[in-house]
Amino acid sequence: MSTQAIVGPHAALQAQIRWRWSETVFWLATLLPFVLTPNYLVLASQIAIAALFVLSLDLILGFCGIISLGHAAYFGVGAYAAGLASKWGWGEPLSGLLIAAVAAGIFGYLTSFIIVRFRHLALIMITLGIGLVLQEAANSASWLTGGFDGLQGIHTWPIFGKFRFDLYGYTAYGYALAVLFVIFLVARRLMHSPFGLALRGIRENGQRMPAIGAPTHAHIRTIYTIAALIAGIAGALLSQTTETVSLEVLGFQRSADVVVMLILGGTGRLYGGLIGAVVYMVARDQLSGLNPQFWYFWIGLLLIAVVMILPNGILGGLALLARKAGVKP
Amino acid sequence: MPPVFGVLFDGLAYGMLLFLLSVGLSVTLGMMNFVNLAHCSFAMLGGYVTVTLMNGYGWPFFATLPAAFIAAALASVVLERVFFRRFYNAGDLDQCLLTIGIVFISIASAAYIYGTIQQPVQLPSYLRGSIAFMGLNLGVYRMFLIGTALLITIVLVVALETTRFGAQVRAAVNNQRMARGLGIDVDRLFAVTFALGSGLAGLGGALAIEIVGLDPSFALTYLIYVLIVVSVGGLGSIAGSFAAAMVLGVSDVAGKYYVPALGAFLIYLVMIVLLMWRPTGLFGRR
Amino acid sequence: MRKLLGGKSWCGLAGLALALAGFGPAHAQDAVKIGIILSYSGQFADTAAQMDNAIKLYVKQHGDVVAGKRIEFIRKDTGGIAPDIAKRLAQELIVREHVDILAGFALTPNALAAADVSAEAKKMMVVMNAATSIITTKSPYIARTSVTTPELNQTLGTWAAQHGVKTAYTMVSDYGPGVDAEGAFHLGFKEAGGEIVGSVRFPVSNPDFSAFVQRAKDLNPDAIYIWIPGGTQPAAVGKALAERGIDVAKTKVMGQDVLTDESALKSMGDAGLGIITAAHYDYNHDSPRNHEFVAAYNNEFHRNPDIFSIGGYDGMHLIYEALKKTGGKTDGDSLIAAAKGMSWESPRGPITIDPETRDIILTVYIRRVEKVGDGLRNIEFDKVENVKDPVKARMKN
Repeated sequence: MSTQAIVGPHAALQAQIRWRWSETVFWLATLLPFVLTPNYLVLASQIAIAALFVLSLDLILGFCGIISLGHAAYFGVGAYAAGLASKWGWGEPLSGLLIAAVAAGIFGYLTSFIIVRFRHLALIMITLGIGLVLQEAANSASWLTGGFDGLQGIHTWPIFGKFRFDLYGYTAYGYALAVLFVIFLVARRLMHSPFGLALRGIRENGQRMPAIGAPTHAHIRTIYTIAALIAGIAGALLSQTTETVSLEVLGFQRSADVVVMLILGGTGRLYGGLIGAVVYMVARDQLSGLNPQFWYFWIGLLLIAVVMILPNGILGGLALLARKAGVKP
Repeated sequence: MPPVFGVLFDGLAYGMLLFLLSVGLSVTLGMMNFVNLAHCSFAMLGGYVTVTLMNGYGWPFFATLPAAFIAAALASVVLERVFFRRFYNAGDLDQCLLTIGIVFISIASAAYIYGTIQQPVQLPSYLRGSIAFMGLNLGVYRMFLIGTALLITIVLVVALETTRFGAQVRAAVNNQRMARGLGIDVDRLFAVTFALGSGLAGLGGALAIEIVGLDPSFALTYLIYVLIVVSVGGLGSIAGSFAAAMVLGVSDVAGKYYVPALGAFLIYLVMIVLLMWRPTGLFGRR
Repeated sequence: MRKLLGGKSWCGLAGLALALAGFGPAHAQDAVKIGIILSYSGQFADTAAQMDNAIKLYVKQHGDVVAGKRIEFIRKDTGGIAPDIAKRLAQELIVREHVDILAGFALTPNALAAADVSAEAKKMMVVMNAATSIITTKSPYIARTSVTTPELNQTLGTWAAQHGVKTAYTMVSDYGPGVDAEGAFHLGFKEAGGEIVGSVRFPVSNPDFSAFVQRAKDLNPDAIYIWIPGGTQPAAVGKALAERGIDVAKTKVMGQDVLTDESALKSMGDAGLGIITAAHYDYNHDSPRNHEFVAAYNNEFHRNPDIFSIGGYDGMHLIYEALKKTGGKTDGDSLIAAAKGMSWESPRGPITIDPETRDIILTVYIRRVEKVGDGLRNIEFDKVENVKDPVKARMKN
């Protein structure tokens, strides 16, 4: 963006929102697993779901500066909502996503009132606390959630009545990828709109924004609810494609993993989250296959290497290199 | 005395342990704003040093405690030189990623060297058992823990308030730029404070084995509790960490005695309520 | 979007074709592939290590060729409780590596998730540790060689009431297995005439038990029943019992095997003396078969086997014998038919795979912690034979 000539604000926004060739390449590449690695489609579907989850976190962390260590709460609410709907007889996948989105969105809206009032360490710890309390509550309410053993009796109906969820994962990956793509387009449009700009303003200097007339609290609440909603959809996708839900969808491990994936890939760039999810999950799968007991070590090494060599995540580092080389991606 | 006092005594001991584990992180976070999530890895290191010296080389328990402190402090100096130093000006997120990477490596290394089982520790006989006092059974080891933690607290407070070094630390925590401007070598100060804080964590880890056990996942499990103490207490404040650790330890134990159904929630709910009331912590600034 | 939809139906057809081809009889193998799914990393890593050790020992002792075919293992890590990962690993093992048998499964949620895959792909699945009763009902191809929680705890409850314990206070960890154990103990105890004077559930990763032990002491029952998962908790409980002054001569302390396993006893010290537990295996079990097994295990791994080891060892025995019986046929139906009703003398004692439920029928030993030499051991002093899983037995009626 800094390499452009001085242009008016409308033109600048137009330039950002124009679809770039690298983006087309990226999305075409997501179709490759169908052809090149059909044995890895189940992993691919779980990567797509993780990517959607990371995308939802990027909206609040990358664009708005809200660090949440409890984002899995919304993922879990969505997962259980879709799971319970299926268990109680309604296994239609797309409407299940809608139910999950509404449930997670409501929960996100309610908690957003707490979130807006705090910053820095207090905010991080409060989000962490909310996640942990919810997990304990889900454990206690085992009559509803199935507790430790997880929710049993989930059966997802075929999509549009035709595409059954098969053992190889073709339907699962296609479904997850389609949902990811659609939501990505929506998020991209949103972040390149004036609303998105306002969010970035809040991230950079939250105290000055009201001076130019931006309703900070309302904006934060809006984006937080949207992020919760999307996280809920990701959770629902997981419970629908794997037909299992258990307490760890709400857990600290999952919240921590999604933060790591986002930072790894690069915050505030939308694609950063997607790339982070791919790299982290593929690395984890390959490393734990090679060495089941100690893959933790190699992941730790990977994280340190990325931080030392590529500041601001993988995409951040690549953007820096690209700028030095004079290439406009 | 009603039995609840015996239970509160145990809560106090648990709180003291949390204090030892957390005080280092509170001071270094307050001073340099460096998010060191690997803090509990140093605690874990201290624990494993104690186990190795006692079980492998037959050292008496008391002798291993200073060794745990020194080992953790040395390890932190090395890491600070090699890695952390470059990230003082980096963003919070990069610091998180770096230190989480170190945590992962520490957990995997511990699992590789020691295996994943619980490490048993045989205390000397004079530290075992309990003493009957006014109708209560007070655990000897817990009394030792409380005593040690109080001693260390007094030493810390005295050092902070009366020595020149302590004055420099207070200045740097309060306003780093000003302190630099006055000619205080903040980087060296930080390195020393960091080493001390990590050493204390190592000591805490060694003392913790008897109460909560030791296995490779210690570095992550206790990180959450330490973060709770640090955030509730307020960054950069020893008094804050102490107060927060007491409140959390006692409310945790009292909650379990009176309302077991809420047992797990209580510590998190208390944290959320306290943070909402005082976002910068009980003794935090601004 | 249209492109994607078109791609999906094309892929669907291609997938169907591939799937049919994959499951066809055209695969000529002279290897039997066993996929082991365990939590090799994370907090349950030691369970996986012990089970894996036993599997390796069995193969070492019996060779890796059965019914003319070579046995190959593919090991996968779930990292802990992760049913979505367990299910994916099971799918990948079957679809990608073409395994014939799924094995391992230390944790219930993971076992339940993989059960779906076993049922759909019609592959035998041997559960070598997870102890929740309903697991074997999730797929007609599952056999279990470990134990079920009610088998141990309901038996203990009944035994206690029949041996002089009239009142009991129970304390369990507040999650699935703990709650199951509580229910099973209460049922067995009350049916045999005992009275539960109170019960409490503590948070799962609870580090400090003094508050709960104090509550128990206040009520003064004949026995205190405790259920906790392994790890740090048994030692902490032992210390709380000692510090609060529980005298085992007056108040019996009872629980399941993990309460007094080897590392727990080392950490508890003398605080553990006198605790009564119900278990299906202990390395001190006095039989020639077990002494052989323990000696071989010590030799190979320099530690003692435990309940996780025996599940793995017996599981391998089941697989080998079933293969011998089917003459090397590896489809789920033949193998599970061969497994049903199989009965043998394991290092733990006599066991049978129930032909109706495919679950394990075993002997429950009642043991007490006693000082032997300079250490503490669980010494068996009573037993209950031919115990079937009571939950499934009730489900039938």
